[in-house]
Amino acid sequence: MTVTTPASRGRLRAAASQAWGAVALPVLSILLALVVGGVVILVSQLLEPNGSLNPIRPFEAYRSLFLGAFGNVDNVVETLVQTTPLVLAGLAVAIGFRAGLFNIGAQGQFTLGALGAVIVGVALADQPGFVAITAAVLAGTLVGAAYGFIPGFLKAISGAHEVVTTIMLNYVANSILAALVSGPLKVPNSPSPVTRDVGNAAFPILIGTDGHLGLLIALVMAFVIWWLLFRTTRGFEIRTVGANPDAARYAGMRPKLITVFTMSLSGALAGLAGACVVLGVTHKMQSSFATSVGFDAIAVALLARSNPLAVLPSALLFGAMRAGSNRMQVEARIPPELINVLVATALLFLVATPVLRRVLRMRGARPVTDATPTIARSYGGSGSGPGVP
Amino acid sequence: MDVISILYGIPVLGIVFQLGGYLIQVVPTSAPIIMRSVPPLALGALCGVMCERSGVVNIGIEGTMLASAFTAWVVGIGMADVMGHGLAGPLGFTIPLLIALVAAVLVAIGISLLHAWLSISVRADQIISGTIINIAALGVTGYLNTIIAATSPTSAGAFTRVTLPTSVTDLPGIGWLLAALFNQGPITLSVLVLVIGLQVWLFRTRWGLRTRAVGEHPKAAETVGIDVVLLRYRNVVMAGIFAGLGGAYLSMEAGNSFQANMTAGRGFIALAAMILGRWTPIGAFLAAVLFSLFQTLGQTIKFLPPTGDLTIMLQAPGQFYDALPYLVTIVVLAGVVGRSIPPAADGQPYEREAAT
Repeated sequence: MTVTTPASRGRLRAAASQAWGAVALPVLSILLALVVGGVVILVSQLLEPNGSLNPIRPFEAYRSLFLGAFGNVDNVVETLVQTTPLVLAGLAVAIGFRAGLFNIGAQGQFTLGALGAVIVGVALADQPGFVAITAAVLAGTLVGAAYGFIPGFLKAISGAHEVVTTIMLNYVANSILAALVSGPLKVPNSPSPVTRDVGNAAFPILIGTDGHLGLLIALVMAFVIWWLLFRTTRGFEIRTVGANPDAARYAGMRPKLITVFTMSLSGALAGLAGACVVLGVTHKMQSSFATSVGFDAIAVALLARSNPLAVLPSALLFGAMRAGSNRMQVEARIPPELINVLVATALLFLVATPVLRRVLRMRGARPVTDATPTIARSYGGSGSGPGVP
Repeated sequence: MDVISILYGIPVLGIVFQLGGYLIQVVPTSAPIIMRSVPPLALGALCGVMCERSGVVNIGIEGTMLASAFTAWVVGIGMADVMGHGLAGPLGFTIPLLIALVAAVLVAIGISLLHAWLSISVRADQIISGTIINIAALGVTGYLNTIIAATSPTSAGAFTRVTLPTSVTDLPGIGWLLAALFNQGPITLSVLVLVIGLQVWLFRTRWGLRTRAVGEHPKAAETVGIDVVLLRYRNVVMAGIFAGLGGAYLSMEAGNSFQANMTAGRGFIALAAMILGRWTPIGAFLAAVLFSLFQTLGQTIKFLPPTGDLTIMLQAPGQFYDALPYLVTIVVLAGVVGRSIPPAADGQPYEREAAT
């Protein structure tokens, strides 16, 4: 029989309040976002042809959203399939945040990663599965890394802010995809531009009808990145540079090198996400890639406070919303863009955390941005920003 | 052998020279097309200048413009539906269009107020605040557009362009320039006025001087009695007007419809124009013209095919020209054209010291 001493009870309470502090605000933000989304659904009914105000429509919408995500085993597997790229891309953005970098380019790195995987996958379509899969995954990862290297390198040598350069590179990636798929990669005589099938490079199915190898890769990578960030010297450097580049420099680290390394790693993760989608789900590529993984990843990382392990539940939430949005569209006739509204609103409440805390008098909750160092340093021209003297 | 022909002998330089020659040659003919893609870039850049000169980074210009473009379109439809199109005044002004324009600007002001509140009062990270605005604008406009487009509504139309008499546009030397600048719709014409107005405002008025002071050294500005917080609020909110006009241009003057994500990165190219223009209105405008040149190059080479070594330009896939403005933006940001120094306090939240 153990005796609960006051000291251990106090420690328990401290741990509980710490856990509450970490979870409370994200959960609250999501709930508030659902409320706002409900109001949007309610009001937008008036815009429909002969629309009338149906007060239970939001509940219908959220019900089919939930059932679409978790209704039966197939739905759950579909949710996990949607979650996979979000975990990897979410890790990409999170590790960037840790180094004080805002990688909005996950979208472009994701697209080109998928393209790299499909090129190698198609080329090795007849080779044994193990060889083809390994090569295609590596290709996607490396192409993503190269595409992340560009903005990192530009930031290191000229201070060009990665936010603007990566967004520009997202558009460039779309053009590269369109040019290659409607040009050299196109299947001859096909009515619409599409690449060949990746054949043996396709991921094996592990669970259900669609649960592919990528699920496992994403899960493992979350732990790998956590280990890298918190158990290795390089991870310590990344976090130090993110927290205070000047201090890092005085300590003998090289912030510019870390910037380039982190952006490349970030790109590699986003590229891996693209490879997982193309090898696990689509098996071929069209000339445009209708996805918002790269942008959802920003929300995933912010919600997870850039903690690699917290990225898992955070990505699951968004994966579930994406998976359920189809059913919501069919059953409740709600456009799937509603998910973007929910994402943005949840982020808004997260960022307005100090206000939320004051309103709700939550003292224990820590501000969300603690893990995301200030990234609004000046862009263009100057290296680390002149700052206020 | 003169210097020019020696330079032409070097292959790469030869191409560059030919390209320059080609551009100079086609500018008079393609100027009207170039000018038509200037307004959103120039207005977005003016919005950026006004925000950043007072020390607030606004990366949400893209989303603000998108929301305004959508608002202009929707309100125009609604108003035309309620009151009919009515009589068209000069430049195609109708009452529904006028209300739509005002609504678009008001929405932009509202969004800017949100950004101001998040970045000045809440002291949230300004880049994240702007990103939220972009995601939210994409989501809300996309969502509502899907619902509204299903009703296949009739648009309220668009503004029309001024036509200068041919005696003016045929003037030797400058006729093409006058035609390009003034054979335009009302929003484009307002850009010219706003650029000059903002330049004067920023460098010749008390408010402008205070803005620059707050953007460079807010603490010093506060010491001499300038209310940093109030001034930043005022500037960011006023800057919203520019973004609102830029968005309205897309759905009211360049065309009369709305498509999901129709701004297509123009808000970000505008930021690059602002940087290239060294945070000055006139500089930003000229940079916007340069970016428009690259944005329209794909069209230009189709109706004015280049000759000589430059025929290679016709063989490049169309996607290359789609990507060109974005590539140019990256090159500019990477400082190839020289270093540009932002306002010193750009992007930093201001915390007033507690009175003791």
